[in-house]
Amino acid sequence: MRATIRFLLPILLAIMLGLFLSSGAQGAGLTVQIGYIQWSPDQGPVLSNVTPEPEDAGLRGAELAIDDNNTTGKFLGQSFSLDSVIAGSEEQAMAALERQLAAGIDLFVLRVPAATLTQLADRAGENALLFNAGARDNALRTQDCRPQLLHAIPSYAMLTDGLAQWLNQRRWKQLMMITGPTEADLQWADSFRRASQRFGLELVADKPWTFDADLRRTASRELPLFTQSDDDYDAVVVADVRGDFGEYVPFNTWLPRPVVGTQGMTPKAWHRVVESWGAAQLQNRFRDLADRHMSSEDYAAWAAVRSVGAAVTQLNSAEAAQIRDFLFSDNFQLAAFKGRKLSYRRWNGQLRQPIPLVHPRGLVAKAPIEGFLHPRTEMDTLGFDEPESQCRIN
Amino acid sequence: MNSVFKSTALAAMIGLSAPAAASLAYVSNEKDNSISVIDTGSMEVVETIDVGQRPRGILLSKDHSKLYICASDDDIVQVMDLASRRIIDTLPSGEDPEQFSLHPNNRHLYIANEDDAIVTVVDVDTKDVLAQIDVGVEPEGMAVSPDGKWAVNTSETSSMLHWIDTTDFEIKKNIVVGQRPRHVEFSRDSKIAWASAEIGGTVHVIDVDSLEEIKQLTFSIRGVHPDKVQPVGIELTSDGKYAFVALGPANHVAVVDAQTYEVLDYLLVGSRVWQLDLNRDESQLYTTNGVSGDVSVIDVEDLKVIKSIKVGRYPWGVVIDPNS
Repeated sequence: MRATIRFLLPILLAIMLGLFLSSGAQGAGLTVQIGYIQWSPDQGPVLSNVTPEPEDAGLRGAELAIDDNNTTGKFLGQSFSLDSVIAGSEEQAMAALERQLAAGIDLFVLRVPAATLTQLADRAGENALLFNAGARDNALRTQDCRPQLLHAIPSYAMLTDGLAQWLNQRRWKQLMMITGPTEADLQWADSFRRASQRFGLELVADKPWTFDADLRRTASRELPLFTQSDDDYDAVVVADVRGDFGEYVPFNTWLPRPVVGTQGMTPKAWHRVVESWGAAQLQNRFRDLADRHMSSEDYAAWAAVRSVGAAVTQLNSAEAAQIRDFLFSDNFQLAAFKGRKLSYRRWNGQLRQPIPLVHPRGLVAKAPIEGFLHPRTEMDTLGFDEPESQCRIN
Repeated sequence: MNSVFKSTALAAMIGLSAPAAASLAYVSNEKDNSISVIDTGSMEVVETIDVGQRPRGILLSKDHSKLYICASDDDIVQVMDLASRRIIDTLPSGEDPEQFSLHPNNRHLYIANEDDAIVTVVDVDTKDVLAQIDVGVEPEGMAVSPDGKWAVNTSETSSMLHWIDTTDFEIKKNIVVGQRPRHVEFSRDSKIAWASAEIGGTVHVIDVDSLEEIKQLTFSIRGVHPDKVQPVGIELTSDGKYAFVALGPANHVAVVDAQTYEVLDYLLVGSRVWQLDLNRDESQLYTTNGVSGDVSVIDVEDLKVIKSIKVGRYPWGVVIDPNS
């Protein structure tokens, strides 16, 4: 069989050449270059460093989407490439943007903190089109919006709304929350408090994490005491975004209760256990490319580059303004392995999407949970709906 | 004594099954690595046969003596002899075969290799790989026109129909359709091709002579959100009267007038309906319902669902053997 394939290779090449020639008739070859910039500040030391986050999370997702776009583009005379930079500082990220702008790039995928993101977006200006593939901060969706900035990664609010819907459906409504000390932990906890009000949950205890002992030795002693409460609770909610202490909460609670939040069962943009709706194929393609599992950042960067690809397929143009118009039109629909067509919210540029709720080895549920209704689309029960956001970028 | 009893019992069994003389339906269970065999007369599962890993697309040889099975996770196509119901052979298939279609010459099998963005053409007699054709991302649907001229592949992430000339295995035309095209079905006279787009929510009707789209269908079911209307399998009656379209998580099958393209009705079936097949006299339509793990039987004359039959986990494909 292999010999046959080898024999056929020249024929295949001839076929491909024929394709390129015939595609020439459809218009001049279109080259689309996308800038990818990543900068992740040091998270500081964490207690749970068993499974560190991959350093190229985001980048490899963008690379996969470039491959996907090119496999499609070769039939249409379109080719895509990525100019990628993993920066070591905010200054380097800004310098990378300057260089890419000077090279004529006006489509960008960024995995940087929120403050850096808005700086880069302002520098790139309204003629560019930028996709956020890393910052989950709610403020970027409620007040700090930019017309040129779209969000492929879900906000904290979308994640916590998904979790809260599920808790409501399970009728696990009395909750204890433990919140870590970082800015991200506080944002996540604020988000969950909002979600608990929206979906009828009650925080019977809301405790900041103050211990500073190494829990690897003493988790079984410290956490039962820490989770002791006068009030009964149905579940413990952990807000520990960087994964400092949260991994030690499950099975160490005072009451025998499940743990949800940033550890235990977690709401995610993407996770390796997602396999329905053709997702198994995306997971396989990603593992072939990167030799690891696909993370939420990879997924967001993939969705961003694929959004550009879907627009260019339809428009046969790589002009940022045209792509932006198309992405906000009714004609845009992104097939992104979540069982629904995805689209961008007109008011704040957020990619609306279902949120899988997962534990490390299995899918538990997918929000929006059935029964939570919305006049536009049930996906808009997750995150900041139009009346709840001050942004009007269109 | 014992053996007399046995042979009598055997005769009785044969005697019992013979009057039914109804044909058998074969259903691939994606997550059970098995094929369920349904007697369409009694509408019951009569046997469950273990096959390779993640069986998805299945089809019959033109003489109806063999069942070809895409064992996706084994990267092979298995060949089952229907008389003995045993796997008698395997064919090279390329990686991750999902759907396939057999040329009317009963030899050239066109296989969509989902993970590799390739269509592999295998001669089922010699097992030679005749061609591997580069297509878009995640090739899925595969159909050969009844006149044998065209092989059409849908690539899900590229949202394209690739028209492969069966004489030289070259792509002659690429048609961009709605997002995530899943399935293509030709009319019996090979003049019209129907293609479903799962995420686009559309069915595209293509005129084969001009290779142009002549109609785009959309669907709307009372009480079902438009996003959940996700067309997958398509089946056409040979008299040109109806097109049936499986609408995935909308849990309905649309009945379309194949002449006017008007949607006539929506029939409620099991959860996440995927593929469809008609029986020999086209009086019944079988549907595989992936999430509810069953098969719905639709009476074509009355356009009513008359039975649901429990099969294995995640039933994917269904074919009904007209000869058995």
